[in-house]
Amino acid sequence: MMREELKIRVVKGPDGVEFEVDPLRDYFCEAPPASHPPAYAKIVEDLFNWARSHSLWILGFGTGCGAIEMRPLMTPRFDAYRYGIAWRPTPRQANLLVISGYLSVKTLKRAIRAYEQMQNPKYVVGLGSCTINGGMYWDSYNTIKRLDDYMPVDLYITGCMPRPEALLQGFEDLKKLIRAGKAEGANQYAEKFEWYKANQKQVIHDWDMPDYNW
Amino acid sequence: MMRALHDRLNALFPLGELTEQRPDLAFLTVPREHLRSIILHLRDLEGFSHLVLLTAVDWLEEGNFQLTYLLSNRGKAVDLGLRVMIPRDGASMDSIHDIWPTAATYQRELREMFGIQFPDSPGVNDDFILEGWIDMPPYRRDFDTKAFSAKTFKEREGRMTTDPEQHMKQQLYPDGA
Amino acid sequence: MSYTPDRSQYPAKKADGTLDIDLTSGKYLKLWHGPNHPGITGNMSVELTVCGDEVVDAKTHVGYLHRGFEKLMERRSFIQVFPIVCRVCVPEPDFNEYCYAAAVEELAGIKVPPLADWIRTLILEMGRVNSYMMYLGGQAGAFGLGVIGQWTTYVRDLMLDRFEELTGARIYHMFIMPGGVRDRLPEGFEQRMEETLREIESTLKDVYDVMFCNAVFKKRSVGVGYIDPALMDAYGVTGPNARAGGVAKDVRRDQPYLVYNELDFEPVVGKDSDIYTRADVRRRDVTMSVDLIRQILAKMPKDGPVMAVTPNVLHWKIPRGETYIRGECSRGEYGYYLVTDGSGFPRRINVRGPSYTHAVALLERMIVNLNISDVAGLMVSLHTYPPEIER
Repeated sequence: MMREELKIRVVKGPDGVEFEVDPLRDYFCEAPPASHPPAYAKIVEDLFNWARSHSLWILGFGTGCGAIEMRPLMTPRFDAYRYGIAWRPTPRQANLLVISGYLSVKTLKRAIRAYEQMQNPKYVVGLGSCTINGGMYWDSYNTIKRLDDYMPVDLYITGCMPRPEALLQGFEDLKKLIRAGKAEGANQYAEKFEWYKANQKQVIHDWDMPDYNW
Repeated sequence: MMRALHDRLNALFPLGELTEQRPDLAFLTVPREHLRSIILHLRDLEGFSHLVLLTAVDWLEEGNFQLTYLLSNRGKAVDLGLRVMIPRDGASMDSIHDIWPTAATYQRELREMFGIQFPDSPGVNDDFILEGWIDMPPYRRDFDTKAFSAKTFKEREGRMTTDPEQHMKQQLYPDGA
Repeated sequence: MSYTPDRSQYPAKKADGTLDIDLTSGKYLKLWHGPNHPGITGNMSVELTVCGDEVVDAKTHVGYLHRGFEKLMERRSFIQVFPIVCRVCVPEPDFNEYCYAAAVEELAGIKVPPLADWIRTLILEMGRVNSYMMYLGGQAGAFGLGVIGQWTTYVRDLMLDRFEELTGARIYHMFIMPGGVRDRLPEGFEQRMEETLREIESTLKDVYDVMFCNAVFKKRSVGVGYIDPALMDAYGVTGPNARAGGVAKDVRRDQPYLVYNELDFEPVVGKDSDIYTRADVRRRDVTMSVDLIRQILAKMPKDGPVMAVTPNVLHWKIPRGETYIRGECSRGEYGYYLVTDGSGFPRRINVRGPSYTHAVALLERMIVNLNISDVAGLMVSLHTYPPEIER
């Protein structure tokens, strides 16, 4: 069932001219994502990766209960800012999407949009057991079980829920992956785009957004 | 206390079974056509001014939905739950959103999760919790969440689930003690 | 100097009570406040229709955190439900454990040892302090005072340390189980708790000076977000939201549970029913909780069992019955409605979260005619936790 404002409709402009509006086509770009090639020399790519690893900007989107342990990380006791980790309010400014816990199908849709709106290079961290295999909610009708079917996950942090120390350790591990050039989730998403879309559409039954929106 | 209230109500309305759970909590079965007048009577004359919750229980075997309207009297610190049995097939109930505006939210949820229709309740047919749901209302007893989950979401290999009873027998008491 | 907004452009009401909003006219704009928005309380969203920068219509969308708990509980045995109930509500999970355990005990006829009741009360009050600390940070943050959040999160962490010492976990404690509690207090707990309480009191004093005496905070919160006390019952308003309007509803005093009738306290009541009063009521409530924790530690029995004898959990069947258990959590009345049918599994569990009534019907009504920039402050002031709306 598509929402009223997303349907194709005829609009009368202020000058009296009538024209057709298709919100899904007109408001979004429909081009599929492209793979981002490495730099021309390995040493340059290494330099880029070193720089990327030191500015992880997290999208402040608390998708599940794990978000409650992000708050202590922002305050002096655990202070993730000293490792170059900051929180940003909008996907355009962030390069790390932390899926903080279980994703219900309704949130999965929003998380996919948030991920696609982020700029390259971008990374995904799955937090908590429920993103790995369903965790506590393994038999729930409304939560997904494997996050990596729907999004390219670079790193998982286990626990229910992971402690702030575990999160800090996880972010350090992610930095190592980035420096080693192994955090290629965004490129993987571009290469296996059809597969990811097929998985996503299998669980999201009312797909009322363009295939790639950015 | 609850017994006296029951006697007062019984003089006015035909009532069903009364269960006194605690001194300050009782459940009362009422016929569905008198529910509205009983609620109004309780709210306006007996001081049960707070609707605590409105929910349903699915008695699949008996073919009924039990709707529970839990009302609270703050001044006297007592609660009264009104049970209404409605048939499961084509379940439909009168809305009480004009008595308590907040009941509209509960009725929206019941419509979505149990498939009980509440005609006239504002916005009752809008999606509340689920989005793009295609199966039967999930809180019904005959909906199997495990089967649905196994069918819809792919599992990761290596996850083990054991029956607690079998597991304890094998691991803790291997010699059958 | 008073300000009278120009509302001549506002939409007219149609015959059926809905607003006549024509989005193509260009006068109105639809704005999604959430789910990915820094000014939202958790993962939910409010669909605002705005005219200029004032809200003319609002609709709450919930369900982003729906895990189907009430369904999952129906296919777990009574002891298997115990580890998942706390996950219903993240910031104050202990109320779920208490209400579930008390409901099971009542229907199964289990008598809990007195010491377990005292420890349960202690845990609930500790959780209340935590929840209020998060609230104070969020309320100040919604009006641009970021530093309050830094301080309150720090003292909340200290309280989480006490939780860890007592239960072994920071967030989900799984400590209050049907029959009692898992353990007694560790050695030297009272003294370390006293240190934490002193830290909390000194932070509260700073919070009062910096937040409640701050001119910006006062200007943005006094008189904003008024709940008419006459509407409290119609919309099922409970807890601090009701007490800030002068309605002295407090389950702890009205229907004392656990050991609250042995403690000495008086519900905190305000009178103006606006954002400022609600924040102030909660700040004073923390002081009261701190006092209650001291009383509990002083009055509680020193030894005794903490766990009653429960049946073999694998063959635990509870006869047919139904009950409702309520408690006063930091947001209002929290309750569990449990129905059993004589089998080893609950027939139905319904969670009554206070945000259910606050954040849907009431919020949709209160948000109208508010400035867009005050929407976040209003939502926080109702102390909304979305997971207890949708479970």
